[in-house]
Amino acid sequence: MIPYLAKRLLTGLLTLLAASIIVFSVLEVLPGDPARIMLGMNASPEALAALRMEMGIDQPVLARYLDWVAGLATGDFGRSYTYSTPVIDLIAERVAVSLPLALLALALSTLIALPVGVYAASRRGTLSDTLTMGLAQVGVAIPNFWFAMLLVYVFAVGLRLVPAGGFPGWDQGILQGLAALLLPAVSLALPQAAILARVTRSAMLEVLGEDYIRTARAKGLPRRAVLWRHALRNALIPVLTIMGLQFAFLLAGTIIIENVFYLPGLGRLVFQAISQRDLIVVEGVVMLLVATVIAVNMLVDVCYAIADPRLRTAR
Amino acid sequence: MSLLEIENLSLDIGGTPILKDISLSIGRGEVMGLVGESGSGKSMTALAVMGLLPHAARARGSIMFDGIDLVAAPEAAMCRLRGDDLGMVFQEPMTALNPVKTIGEQVAEGIRWHTGANRADAETRARAMLHRVGLPEAQFPLTRYPHELSGGQRQRVVIAIACALKPKLLIADEPTTALDVVLQAQILKLLKSLVAEDGMSLLLISHDLAVVADMAERITIMRHGEVMEAGNTKQTLSQRAHPYTRQLAEASTHVPHRPQSPGQSKPAPLLQVKEVVRDYPVRARRLFTRPAPFRAVDHVSFELPAGRSMALVGRSGCGKSTLARMILALDRPTAGSIRFQGEALEDKSEDALRPHRRNMQVVFQDPYGSFNPRHKVERLVAEPLHLLDRRPSPAERRESVAEALSQVGLSPADMEKYPHEFSGGQRQRISIARAIITRPKLIVADEPVSALDVSIRAQVLDLFADLNARLGVAYLFITHDLTVARAITDEVMVMHDGRIVERGPTARVLHHPETVPARALIDAAPDLERALQRQGAA
Amino acid sequence: MSLDPVFIAGPERHILRQALSNRSFLIGLAIVALVAAMAIVSFVWTPHDITRLQVSDRMQGLSLAYPFGTDHLGRDILSMIMIGARNSIAVAILAVGIGIGLGVPLGCWAAARGGWLDEAVMRVNDLVFAFPALLSAVMITAIFGPSAINAIIAIGIFNVPVFARVARAGALAIWPREYVLAARASGKGRFLITVEHILPNIASVLLVQGTIQFALGILAEAGLSYLGLGAQPPMPSWGRMLFDAQTRMVVAPHLALFPGLAIVVTVLGLNLLGDGLRDVLDPRVRRQR
Repeated sequence: MIPYLAKRLLTGLLTLLAASIIVFSVLEVLPGDPARIMLGMNASPEALAALRMEMGIDQPVLARYLDWVAGLATGDFGRSYTYSTPVIDLIAERVAVSLPLALLALALSTLIALPVGVYAASRRGTLSDTLTMGLAQVGVAIPNFWFAMLLVYVFAVGLRLVPAGGFPGWDQGILQGLAALLLPAVSLALPQAAILARVTRSAMLEVLGEDYIRTARAKGLPRRAVLWRHALRNALIPVLTIMGLQFAFLLAGTIIIENVFYLPGLGRLVFQAISQRDLIVVEGVVMLLVATVIAVNMLVDVCYAIADPRLRTAR
Repeated sequence: MSLLEIENLSLDIGGTPILKDISLSIGRGEVMGLVGESGSGKSMTALAVMGLLPHAARARGSIMFDGIDLVAAPEAAMCRLRGDDLGMVFQEPMTALNPVKTIGEQVAEGIRWHTGANRADAETRARAMLHRVGLPEAQFPLTRYPHELSGGQRQRVVIAIACALKPKLLIADEPTTALDVVLQAQILKLLKSLVAEDGMSLLLISHDLAVVADMAERITIMRHGEVMEAGNTKQTLSQRAHPYTRQLAEASTHVPHRPQSPGQSKPAPLLQVKEVVRDYPVRARRLFTRPAPFRAVDHVSFELPAGRSMALVGRSGCGKSTLARMILALDRPTAGSIRFQGEALEDKSEDALRPHRRNMQVVFQDPYGSFNPRHKVERLVAEPLHLLDRRPSPAERRESVAEALSQVGLSPADMEKYPHEFSGGQRQRISIARAIITRPKLIVADEPVSALDVSIRAQVLDLFADLNARLGVAYLFITHDLTVARAITDEVMVMHDGRIVERGPTARVLHHPETVPARALIDAAPDLERALQRQGAA
Repeated sequence: MSLDPVFIAGPERHILRQALSNRSFLIGLAIVALVAAMAIVSFVWTPHDITRLQVSDRMQGLSLAYPFGTDHLGRDILSMIMIGARNSIAVAILAVGIGIGLGVPLGCWAAARGGWLDEAVMRVNDLVFAFPALLSAVMITAIFGPSAINAIIAIGIFNVPVFARVARAGALAIWPREYVLAARASGKGRFLITVEHILPNIASVLLVQGTIQFALGILAEAGLSYLGLGAQPPMPSWGRMLFDAQTRMVVAPHLALFPGLAIVVTVLGLNLLGDGLRDVLDPRVRRQR
């Protein structure tokens, strides 16, 4: 298990390094002078030069890259060009919205999808299987932002049960905060749950066709016991893969959903930063998200090794 | 009164009839052999007894087991019987165990389920059972996972699961078909002793008459979902009263007629293999140590004269297929040299190999996997024509294909068909047609008949013998099946752990093996005549 | 989408017959054909001219003249949906084309060569997968300017590793088959084997994946144009129509209803088509049913 995890950790770090080079060089080729963005159009040439020196923009590319990476590693993401505050503070403030949102959505979609998928698989071919999977088929096709708009129309505008948008801040009370995140989380989660339920069902069906299921039945275990004791754990492996991919998707999905609900999260931050050419913020947020995706993928690999003993010794 | 009494059992799956009026009975403590070729319905009969039929299956008739009608029994009652009074062993040990549960859990699970024993007691019983099937705890702790065991060991675990609660009836469906002969003999011996010790009845399903003749007191022969003949094993198989029984028995001991190999004058060597070694890197299990490579082929040397037929026999994993691939230049040796028609192959580029490839073709085991399902027979058989220096015109191409097809006993009209339109034996003929179309000097055949039913197998062996006599093509047969070697080869080489341990004329090696691995192979090989003699003595 | 000739020739003739009796396939095909027909018809005819703004008719409800109502500029919603279909289909097709055109050769090459090249291709794949696709698409379109072309490139780039992975996995499963060994024993090189034996046998999985990515492409395009990063006004697009509808939903919910339904129905049709194709083409699934 140790060499397996060591190899995963190493490839993860290398991927992160490669990602940092890509992010840095993509933003490097962009037109626009950060110093001018910060000081505005009327700034004097002297002031611009002084600021450029202070920010290190006059340094060669490699030196700036190394400086930036060293900063990332120590938690110094630089200062925002437009807000003139440390990027790390901006990010920290926004993560407090985006991370709970993504986690809430992931939890919701998993809690809905797994039981539904297993249930449908265990009743393959029956009316309830056909109905739930038909519903899932429609769920997969719904764009989450449109679903969000419908939810707002029904629950916020129509029934006035929850706020239609905005975020009061966690200092207004946890319940208030959660209420503001509820509709966004549901609209992110349901289309994902539809995908996950379909994957769970087909993984279960695949496993139920395996020889060892017949062996378990020949032992005298009834169908239900075979389903939970033998099939589920084997089916979990493809399901975990999809869950890992979905987390990345949920993180990105927050960009759109945060725009629908006017939530002050990472997505809106990066979206605004791009349109204001505040590159250092964009770099910081993108690297944070990429690092999160890589970390989640490594976590999925650890879960694989727990779920599947073959990975612990082989490889 | 018999333990199991199947009466007029008929079965159809989605409207297609599978079994027609099967009747069969097994007494207490009796071993019954159920024999048939593929599609005879023998496995479905077993699944019907276990109540594990596919969803769309409909059964009629009765299966009385110990006073209970299994066809009418509700699912809950079947669950109580399965694993307790009814045990089953399956064909494919590599997939029959749950990969994410330890062998201890899997054996103990049935014990706990049926007896309500607590975890510790169930584990004690599982430990004892695994010990009985030859997996003592000292070497095989209960915490092992299936992937840490070999195929033979896994089959022992499956047997332990089936026998853990001393069932009244054990059903073994082709329990040794996926194993090599030596493992087959061990597993059969284990089944025999378990059945005798616990007084179980055994329903042994097999396609191999010799295996059944050795194990069973009574035999039932099935074909196309019907019982052809049933009775005492020795009587049935010696008298061969039913024409199908006679056909099966003759096919399984069939030896093709071959003209004597041309004198003692030794023709020039066609293939010379000298000190060939093939190493495979082994994946690191620890972080910083690189393990020693696995040596699949270990300093192998031999010569094959032109026009001769030679067998390379050995247990699975002995390196014989790796050696075959190197001879075919599909894989390169780590060290040593392979010369074909006097020229070294191992350092040639793919272009330089073309003239040699023309003279050296291959026939594989699996008549289903050896064709691209999307090509017509004409294109499949013509593929090696790619090796000719001059591209043949479409007309010439069709002519060559037509000739090759008639050589193997197929009609030239078959070239318009797709491979799925042919039976297994016909497909193997198509592979042979593909192999002879460039008029090669050597054909390497990797287990060419082991996936075929016995009656088809005899016909394909006849074809090989006939082509050897007519075209003078030399063969290298890779096989674990000694009956193939006996039937159509002049010489036998026995391979063990990557080395050739014995070599000589076929009759000499098969009757007077000199080395331990060769003797083990020959003693383990099932043989119908010997088995019938033993039955008579018992 | 037309069927590859490979699927109609020879042994696949019965597959065609099977496809015609597969419910998801037929429903999916009908929906996709309908949407495609709508897009094609829009080139020559739409119920109303959407370039003429009719402020007096703004935000009308459903009527005979305007079956789906009108928007805040008095344009006919049905006409806009018809023209928007062009945009959605074009973006998704081209993005899938980029994915197949680059990804399939890459995956086949990696599988044929193996070794370090395979490893390198797969690591680059992982690298692309590490960037949340939508975030990167937002970045790309924001940096190079919002336009339909940039949306195509942004979505297309993320299709490349998907197809590379599917092609590689399929090819790796075919390479050890005995018919490939037999072809090698007949002196055929990697390229020829890939063309003659690998590609025809992975075409069905690629086709199924193609419909899935097509559906995802429609969703992604809608998302990007909702954010203002896709096709630019006055070219109508479904995502943009939803954005315009959002602030007016309280007074005119139908503005949001119909473009959204257009997306759902199209994606649903593609997914049904993909499911149907999978049932018909993948013998493993066929056995299960």
